[in-house]
Amino acid sequence: MSRPRHRAARSAGFYSTSTVLAVLFLFPMVWTLFSSVHGRQASGRGNGWGIDDYKRLFHYGSGLPAYLLNTTVVALITVCVTVVVTTLGGYAVARFDFPGKNVLFLVTLAILMVPYATILVPLYVFLGWIGLQNSLIGLGLVLAMFQLPFGLFMMRNSFEALPVELEEAALIDGCTPTGVLRRVLLRGVAPGMVTVALFAFLAAWNEFVAPLIFLTDGAKFTLPVALFNLEAGNFGSVDFGALQSGVVTAAVPCVAVFLLLQRYYVRGFTSGALKG
Amino acid sequence: MVSLSPTRAPSRDAPSSPPRARHDVSPLRRGHRRLAMVYATPLAVIVAVLFVVPLGLMVWMSFNHWPLLGASAPNGVTNYRALGDPLFLHALWFTVKYTVVTTVVLGLVAFGLALLVQEGPRGVGLFRTVFFLPSAVGLASASLLFYGMFNTDSSPLNAAMRLLAGGDVDWLGSSGNALISTVGMITWRFAGFYMLILMTGLHGIDPVLYEAARTDGAGWWQTMRRVTLPLLRPTIALMMVLSVTGSLLAFDQFFILTGGRHGTATIVIDVYREAFLSQDLGRAAAVSVAILVGLVIINGAQLRLLRRDS
Repeated sequence: MSRPRHRAARSAGFYSTSTVLAVLFLFPMVWTLFSSVHGRQASGRGNGWGIDDYKRLFHYGSGLPAYLLNTTVVALITVCVTVVVTTLGGYAVARFDFPGKNVLFLVTLAILMVPYATILVPLYVFLGWIGLQNSLIGLGLVLAMFQLPFGLFMMRNSFEALPVELEEAALIDGCTPTGVLRRVLLRGVAPGMVTVALFAFLAAWNEFVAPLIFLTDGAKFTLPVALFNLEAGNFGSVDFGALQSGVVTAAVPCVAVFLLLQRYYVRGFTSGALKG
Repeated sequence: MVSLSPTRAPSRDAPSSPPRARHDVSPLRRGHRRLAMVYATPLAVIVAVLFVVPLGLMVWMSFNHWPLLGASAPNGVTNYRALGDPLFLHALWFTVKYTVVTTVVLGLVAFGLALLVQEGPRGVGLFRTVFFLPSAVGLASASLLFYGMFNTDSSPLNAAMRLLAGGDVDWLGSSGNALISTVGMITWRFAGFYMLILMTGLHGIDPVLYEAARTDGAGWWQTMRRVTLPLLRPTIALMMVLSVTGSLLAFDQFFILTGGRHGTATIVIDVYREAFLSQDLGRAAAVSVAILVGLVIINGAQLRLLRRDS
């Protein structure tokens, strides 16, 4: 008799605790979303609903479309470079023997050991030398470099998880390794590629320090840097309405992509790639 | 509803089992050695050009007088005097304080969350997703979001404080307040992320052990101390390394929330100031080298400490 009652009490405890915590976790986002469309600033009147905050954000600085475009370009470069480079590299490392393989693998993983922020100053100088300072391409390449350890580990594991017999057969049939990769293996490692792309996207879209340092031309700013300028640009008079609508604009793509691709995100944890 | 659940990821591509022999490369593949090198070339080029070269450059710069604009010249170890600068020492002390507080608070909250949603009745997946959701928001966006929460009159934080404390609180107005406020924001932003890491570790514990503990009449606390915590050690080590590294390198949160004012500059903010306000890239590189060496030592020590007798 006592057992079901005990269980009921436990699950009541679970639901109440979890609900309180869930409200705490959702609250900052919900409030920001709410105040970006409600209130004096948002409505342009005394009170009520309106999209004035978003209108002011739209026309801030070089304009929201420019910042969104810049951020998208950087994110696209980072995602494409990371996925292509780690898929090819992962295939090579997982399936072939070649001179320098172990060194390459270890040096790539060593990127994790080197604190991100400390290497940005020499990178700033170096990008200047090769003409990629103040460039969205240079920024995208640097951000891709920081994704390589996780991506390589993830892709190597993905290739190793596929049965070798599959390719052996194709190779004996006279298929080239490139053909095997294209026709046989890509389908198998596609989930790993989605995981790598997802991590690269979230990192690039949200990156703050690197664009802050590398980009000097206001028209090239990414959204996080533009929003920072909106906050810190004119001391004392921050347009909080525009800032909040900016935070919502920056967060919505990430939250949406994450909700759609959750299971791929979790795969990044379970694959052990984080332990690299 | 797709739920955040490490248990659902197909084990097919989760070879956490010991690495299989990687030398079972068949003769058939040996002929493709050159092709394999071609595949690995883009990786090698990016790693060499954007990682190895800048790393070497950093060390070289640290031994040079290197203004932001203008010519550079070797100057020995002069730049390393930046490590004795009171501004740096203060930043170091503040960063260490922040790291300790953040790691402890974040660790405890994440562990509580993980235990809460590891197993549970229907709907547990929804709660996991909600707890993780802030981690999908960028750190800079999260900082700007809380900047609004701390600084607007209409913010519920300020409304609550007026009710409870009878007055406004200057959330970021002093070193202490800014530290507590920032730790709160960081906990909100990262708790779900570390919860997920801890859940992966908890999931790896064989249920038979819990069964055995129950048969032996072990209570909740004993089971926790004798079974869960020891077996969770590698996961806790991973979490600590990530949290300590992340906190020692904190930049976004303080740069956005306080701009480093009121004595809240971190060591990375110090690097930024040396480089772009004092326009002395040499000194910035010297501090960077020191941070790099320090972190490698700290992480090595942490891993060794947590891996010993396990």
